[in-house]
Amino acid sequence: MNIFVEIKESFIIAYNAITGNKMRSILAALGIVIGITAVTLMQTAIEGINRAFESSIGAIGADVLYVQKFEWFGKEDFEVYRNRKDINLQHYEFLKKYIQSASSVSPTVGSPRTVQYGSLSLESVFVIGTTEEYQKTVGLNVDEGRFFTSKESEGGYPVCMIGTDVKNGFFNNMNPIGKIIKVGSYSFRVVGVIEKQGSMLGLFSLDNRVIIPITKFYKLFGTRRSVSINIKANDLNNLEETKEEVKSIMRKARKIPAGGRDDFGVNEQAAFKDTYNQLTSLIKVIGLLITGLSLIVGSVGIANIMFVSVKERTKEIGIRKAIGARRRTIMIQFLIESVVICLGGGMIGLMISFPISLIIDAFALPTAMPLWVVVLGLFISMFFGVLSGFFPAYNAAKLDPVESLRYE
Amino acid sequence: MSTIIDIKNITKLYEMGTEKLYALKGVDVVIERNEYVAIMGPSGSGKSTLMNIIGCLDTPTSGDYVLNGKDVHEMDDDELAEIRNKEIGFVFQTFNLLPRSNALHNVELPLIYSGLSKTARIKRAEESLANVGLADRMKHKPNELSGGQRQRVAVARALVNNPSIILADEPTGNLDTKTGEEIMALFAELNKKGNTIILVTHEEDIAKHANRIIKIRDGMIESDTYQTARH
Ligand SMILES: Nc1ncnc2c1ncn2[C@@H]1O[C@H](COP(=O)(O)OP(=O)(O)O)[C@@H](O)[C@H]1O
Ligand SMILES: [Mg+2]
Repeated sequence: MNIFVEIKESFIIAYNAITGNKMRSILAALGIVIGITAVTLMQTAIEGINRAFESSIGAIGADVLYVQKFEWFGKEDFEVYRNRKDINLQHYEFLKKYIQSASSVSPTVGSPRTVQYGSLSLESVFVIGTTEEYQKTVGLNVDEGRFFTSKESEGGYPVCMIGTDVKNGFFNNMNPIGKIIKVGSYSFRVVGVIEKQGSMLGLFSLDNRVIIPITKFYKLFGTRRSVSINIKANDLNNLEETKEEVKSIMRKARKIPAGGRDDFGVNEQAAFKDTYNQLTSLIKVIGLLITGLSLIVGSVGIANIMFVSVKERTKEIGIRKAIGARRRTIMIQFLIESVVICLGGGMIGLMISFPISLIIDAFALPTAMPLWVVVLGLFISMFFGVLSGFFPAYNAAKLDPVESLRYE
Repeated sequence: MSTIIDIKNITKLYEMGTEKLYALKGVDVVIERNEYVAIMGPSGSGKSTLMNIIGCLDTPTSGDYVLNGKDVHEMDDDELAEIRNKEIGFVFQTFNLLPRSNALHNVELPLIYSGLSKTARIKRAEESLANVGLADRMKHKPNELSGGQRQRVAVARALVNNPSIILADEPTGNLDTKTGEEIMALFAELNKKGNTIILVTHEEDIAKHANRIIKIRDGMIESDTYQTARH
């Protein structure tokens, strides 16, 4: 076929033209290099944030409701929430007694404390007080040992579960089971290690924690704090109904008259997701504007260089036309040249952004440039190659052969 | 003999702003296959304009042109390109080779536009270069060749697609007498093999190679005479 021979030839011409004018080609491609670097880095970063978010959000549990004094991302004034009555264990017990559509319910309280083992000490370990049902409610797996039992929970035994950060901080390769650690100034026996959870949005570790029976927590650290009640719904698909049920039971427990407003929040993962999506779509829009702008600037630069290139090669175009090049042939020749410049720029952009993504991965966010981002980068480069080359190529194609031959 | 070029009452008008200039003022020419025609005339008389129209590089302002039985007036841009590629071989005074390509690639170029495969192209380009005596200069770029050699490359390029007509616009204008004669000998040979040759020149010595001399003045044919070619 004619066209393949022409396209192949066009690549050779493009290669010669570009290498014959290296500096100019590099300068022309600079805008695209920057644009593609920005596009791919942004996509990679968003991908990384998404991954971090997905793995973090798992810890919240899609089918778990959290009854708390505060609403996540609530719209009321902070004062309104703060002035609400605390949620206490009576509310928990009331809920647990009456709820039909939940498979497990557990209360939690928590605060950061210093934890010690021998001469080793860890600051700001999050100490959680809860019941044995917590494991089922939020779906924790135990790495070593076991979760504490209902007897230990109800009896307020001095036993604890530790997260992997605490385990690594204290025990290295030692078996932590049966060891005595100090939470504040009180001794607890380690009965289990919780499987590694990772971090919440890369902000704080979910493994830097100690879980103890809630009754013990109250006894040692006081009762003047609001409880969060975690409720695992029977069926994720009926989460809304469970939510309604929880609300009506809580209203009874809190003795809210008909028509009165809820003085508690029933929180769920979806609230996180909604807020997250709003946030990332904002980031995406801003990113798109910035990268779009740099790509357009790059594209104008390339179009400019292509116009110059066409002008310089007017005579060559005349010669080619005189010996049989069609309009299409000339058009393809210059389009391919501009696509090659843009693709080259895109590849350089990828070569810059790929190592940066590795650095981000190592120091900030767990991320890796997905293949589709690479493909997208190349596709965008190609698109801008065609876009920037179109008018110069069209101009070249419709040049008059006689006048072009006369051009010096 | 059969007619290959049939031109009737062709004009070419150049408009520069308000100024109008007729480069051709109604030219009639009929050229038969295998003729060897020299077009002569003073500078600015319209020789190149006529050649460009014959070669389908340019279109007349008015008049009819039938090439090989086909009405050129009705052809679109792509068809004209194809005619230039397959039917016509151009040789210019200034050679018009691609400066960055070597001799072989310059000669190969028309075959690329015909869509020939790489191996077929190389084979034919090599043959064509060998025919003009440049078998040992294929990899040379134009600036590594003498003027005569460059014009031979241009002739090889013009011949590579076996065109029926060779159009040469002052092909010896940039060459010394000796190399000019060599190129003319090449043309004589081509004419013997059956090619139609139309040549623009203002040198009597060059024109003597042709069978027919058309003299142009001020965009009109002044005389049209047949002669016996002397080589
Ligand atoms: N593109 C053009 N624009 C304006 N005038 C032109 C153009 N090309 C040729 N001419 C004019 O047409 C006339 C014939 O030109 P040309 O055919 O090149 O003459 P020759 O080849 O016989 O020297 C000249 O007067 C020239 O100035
Ligand atoms: Mg001329």
